[in-house]
Amino acid sequence: MRGLRRIAARGQSPARLLGATLVGLVVLMAIAGPLLVDGSPTRQDLSAVLQPPSPDALLGRDQLGRSVLVRLVHAARLSVSLGAATVVAAAVPGILLGLLAAWAGGWTDRVLSGFGDAVLALPGLLLVLLVVALAPGAFWPLFLGLSLAMWVEWFRVTRAASGALLSAPAVEAARLLGFGPWHVLRRHVLPEMAPLFGTLAAFGFAGAVMAVGALGFIGIGLRPPTAEWGLMMVELLPYYDEAPLAMLAPALCLFALVLGLQLLAGRDPR
Amino acid sequence: MGGVARALLRRGVQAVLVAVLVSGLCFTLVRLLPGDQAMRVAEGRYGYDRVTAASADAVRAELGLDRPAVEQFLAWVGRLAQGDLGVSLVTGERVVVEIAYQLGHTLLLSLAALSLALLAGPALGLFAGLRPGGVLDQAGMVGAAALRALPVFALGIGLMLVFGVTLGWLPVAGFHATENLVLPALALGLGLAAASARVARDATVAAVNAPFFGFALLRGLTRAQAVRQHVPRNAAVPVLAYLGVNLALLVEGVVVVESLFGWPGIGHALSHAISARDVPMLQGTALSLGLIFVALNAFTDVAILAADPRRRG
Repeated sequence: MRGLRRIAARGQSPARLLGATLVGLVVLMAIAGPLLVDGSPTRQDLSAVLQPPSPDALLGRDQLGRSVLVRLVHAARLSVSLGAATVVAAAVPGILLGLLAAWAGGWTDRVLSGFGDAVLALPGLLLVLLVVALAPGAFWPLFLGLSLAMWVEWFRVTRAASGALLSAPAVEAARLLGFGPWHVLRRHVLPEMAPLFGTLAAFGFAGAVMAVGALGFIGIGLRPPTAEWGLMMVELLPYYDEAPLAMLAPALCLFALVLGLQLLAGRDPR
Repeated sequence: MGGVARALLRRGVQAVLVAVLVSGLCFTLVRLLPGDQAMRVAEGRYGYDRVTAASADAVRAELGLDRPAVEQFLAWVGRLAQGDLGVSLVTGERVVVEIAYQLGHTLLLSLAALSLALLAGPALGLFAGLRPGGVLDQAGMVGAAALRALPVFALGIGLMLVFGVTLGWLPVAGFHATENLVLPALALGLGLAAASARVARDATVAAVNAPFFGFALLRGLTRAQAVRQHVPRNAAVPVLAYLGVNLALLVEGVVVVESLFGWPGIGHALSHAISARDVPMLQGTALSLGLIFVALNAFTDVAILAADPRRRG
């Protein structure tokens, strides 16, 4: 308890520390897991269906005799890499276009903002679903749809925040001194916005991971036999009585990752 | 122009954007799907063993599939503007008829979840906020943080297994009696209720510490009277504003919860349409959900204006 208080006094809230720990654990699982735990996530062993935990399958086996632990770590790798890739694919155009809109103003701003409003007119998941319908079960429409739905948030936040920063006296002085746009952005705008970007990245990551799980769960995201947390849960749902741990484990991983990201992000910026 | 008219106009524009976005994506989808569209329609009409290249060509000419893409798109949008959503490729029923049946179920479920988020959540947040740091406050805030991180489908499964299977109190599927509504509504609404409880809690703390609250006590009101007079209305605005921003979560949740509980609403039909590649049905359901989203947004805008006189004008 005292340790926690000391951390809080240093300006690092215990909630944020817990968040960082949870995220760190899942990311570690995604990176090191498939190296440490041997075996293929799709190798079946029909003589060991729904086997309880044993030394060669520490979390037991699923309805097709596949090791739950092996599937769990591969699913972690999938979710973490898809989440990270989506955040990057949404952040880069979002930030660049947001800066452009704030810098140029006028028609550029109006056209870009109108485009952003058009994307936001639909709930994000609906947009993802319409894109996923192009090729259900494939990886790329999922990634494309999520980035398409998520760049707008980066664009809007960047545009609003940099608009205020660009009219600050320091920027005016830098411009009068003859510094170009690149210097102004690197020196005055981007450092100020870094914490904001951190929050957006954490929320976006959490949203992407949850969406992948939800789509897998309702059967229009990734397809079996892919190891994915949402898919694992829906596949094991009929067997929850015989193998509760096998169904609970992916739910817990997803929950830990999302909770960790949300705690790390702190307050919702909206 | 009044504040209400301006808000409704903005939402009207949004509704048009939804229609353009959905129909544009669905039109692209039809053209990108593998296979010859005319052949597929001809198969549906004459049976897959009787279709010939000549009958496919006849269909192509009849439906205008040999015209340029732009011309086809305008015709597609024209039909949409007349309320003609086409015929479901799976059931053969007109999409409008199918959706008219599903709409009631979806609205019932969304309104049940919304009332949870608008009444139960804020009430709990208000009591928590009156004693900041108290037992209810701390327990409630931990619960709210956990619920926010639980994906809707995981929450749904948990509710199903605990209340439906283990305790056997409530049915896990079906849609004819009131008790069928309880679990889906909880799965859909609990996350939003948790978030709105949190917002209401912060607004309550702010209202109790505001000068007007101290002045109310000074005027001789009891604490209970002052709370009744000042707190609910001050908490209402941020709660409504928060819900307005997060209505997307509700619509997204509808798709997941209806699929999970077999609730025969629009979201369920949407996920079926995607797996069956039933594009007219996909367009109809996505359009309806999008318009429900816009309507709920418009409703929230007006409610905020009604609750907060400072924003009128």
